[in-house]
Amino acid sequence: MPRLPEHVAIVRPGHTLGSVTDKIASIALARRTPWGWFLGFGISFSLLMLLILTIARLLFVGVGIWGITIPVGWGFDIINFVWWIGIGHAGTLISAILLLLRQEWRTSINRFAEAMTLFAVACAGFYPIFHMGRPWVGFYWLLPYPNTMGLWPNFKSPLIWDVFAVSTYATVSAMFWFIGLIPDMATLRDRAKSKAWKIVYGIVAMGWRGSARHWHNYETAYLLLAALATPLVVSVHTVVSFDFAVGIVPGWHATIFPPYFVAGAIYAGFAMVLTLAIPLRRFYGLEDFITSRHLDNMAKVMLATGLIVAYGYAVEAFMAWYSANPYETYMIWNRMTGPYAPMYWALMLCNVVVPNTLWFPRLRHSVPWLFAVSLVVSVGMWLERYVIIVTSLHRDFLVSSWGTYTGTVWDWTAYLGTIGLFLTLLFLFVRFIPAISIFEMRTILEPEEEKA
Amino acid sequence: MKGIYGLMAEFHDAEQVVEAANRVRLAGYRKVDAFSPYPMEELTEALAIHDSPLPKLVLGGGLVGLAAGWGLQYWSSVIEYPLNVGGRPFNSWPAFIVPAFETTVLFAAATAVLGMLALNGLPEPYHPVFNVPGFALASRDKFFICVESKDPKFDREETRRFLAGLSGVSDVSEVDY
Repeated sequence: MPRLPEHVAIVRPGHTLGSVTDKIASIALARRTPWGWFLGFGISFSLLMLLILTIARLLFVGVGIWGITIPVGWGFDIINFVWWIGIGHAGTLISAILLLLRQEWRTSINRFAEAMTLFAVACAGFYPIFHMGRPWVGFYWLLPYPNTMGLWPNFKSPLIWDVFAVSTYATVSAMFWFIGLIPDMATLRDRAKSKAWKIVYGIVAMGWRGSARHWHNYETAYLLLAALATPLVVSVHTVVSFDFAVGIVPGWHATIFPPYFVAGAIYAGFAMVLTLAIPLRRFYGLEDFITSRHLDNMAKVMLATGLIVAYGYAVEAFMAWYSANPYETYMIWNRMTGPYAPMYWALMLCNVVVPNTLWFPRLRHSVPWLFAVSLVVSVGMWLERYVIIVTSLHRDFLVSSWGTYTGTVWDWTAYLGTIGLFLTLLFLFVRFIPAISIFEMRTILEPEEEKA
Repeated sequence: MKGIYGLMAEFHDAEQVVEAANRVRLAGYRKVDAFSPYPMEELTEALAIHDSPLPKLVLGGGLVGLAAGWGLQYWSSVIEYPLNVGGRPFNSWPAFIVPAFETTVLFAAATAVLGMLALNGLPEPYHPVFNVPGFALASRDKFFICVESKDPKFDREETRRFLAGLSGVSDVSEVDY
């Protein structure tokens, strides 16, 4: 059995403080940008332009360019919002919860997982804002400010809770990420060759000099932020699930929703981290820092959360039967056999069947297979939101109100466009910012040096 | 003779810098700082750095956030614009928990970040220690101890000899203003 030996380290042995610093910093400081970067950035940027085009057309024509209709008023916008915000959970989970649990292996992946979180939240934010059609007039019911109409948001509405949860999450994630960057920016400032880059990195580093007094306050602040981000990250997807669970629509009105959504978010987030980590470590030769130990651990987290999500699907079906509510029973039967049945069974294949192959060490340690599974899970999580939103809405309580829903070309361009925005930001991030936290890598190196 | 900011000793080894920091402190120097490429608890202890006041500040920030979030909801729903929605009470406190929780976390986190920067005196565009040749390695793999000239026990020659005599020291240089 090809088990992963216990001694496979989280950093390949032989690295010193200097070699870790130089290796990671050299990626951001390289004068020559690899051609592969330009290729990837070019494709991503083209997709971003598609987003700009979609926004222009949306604002010119209106939300009618999308497939939303009555009774399915929440289409791709909410599907993609929940998909992105779910992906955005892994970063803070890795950087905060795994920090408090003293999981040292998180160190090599937390920086880019946090970056991924920020960019995913930015993509998520696009959807509810533009779902309003005319966002500039919509803010008076989203944000509490003294407007000329004297109106205030309805604080009893989960949609307002969502505004507070997501905007707080975006702000706190950005601050957490920025704080983590300061010492590394100082490293880049001290390593940069050109005057211009010294100034740019110097401004961001804010004069950081590694003083013991500074480190003391810094470590305190970092731990406090981790402790604050931990309940926050759990609250965000809980509140997102309230958008559904507080409504009385069959298929939404379920108490399993908050934990099931949070598990799904971690599941989707780890899948995306793997999707990004595998090419990143190969392209930049970072196998010394993102070792098979990391991939193995992430695969296990994905498997565990995948099983929780599968439990959620089972409970949904069970409760529909056990409640003896004809609308609930019809909803689940319609999901499994109705017009959207192919989506439902594809979801089961992607999210329940395929991830269970990760039980087998041979498959879990195969990097191509792991990469494939991570992509399948991302597709599965998208299908999950599609099934939850569309199948629950398209059969209203009265047969006269039934309808169907399909996304239009502009729905797909908006979706591809946000993928472009996400990838564009990621390409810029890996080019100019150390993708792995250098100072934290030094920290985990220290005890190993002492042993040697 | 031009005044100097202090004297800087350079070390290559993490254990030796902690040992040296202990000896500098035992020798009676008080205006001392150490610089390392990663946070070192032992160094904090060796220099007898006081506990950070940050946790108390963050608690305060969180309480302010709680009061602000709750107050906003209470004031707008009960006092400023009471609206009867299906007979529910104006002060629907269970519904107010979520936004109040979020503002608590937001204010506390902002206090942690801004408080850390303020306590450290950052941003600080200029600092004399950067004048030391080789100090750039403090952000790579070298460790430094700086005794400031403001220290009552500081003597340019005496302190220099003392620092040069510490074990593991590779270089002692003057820090110009």
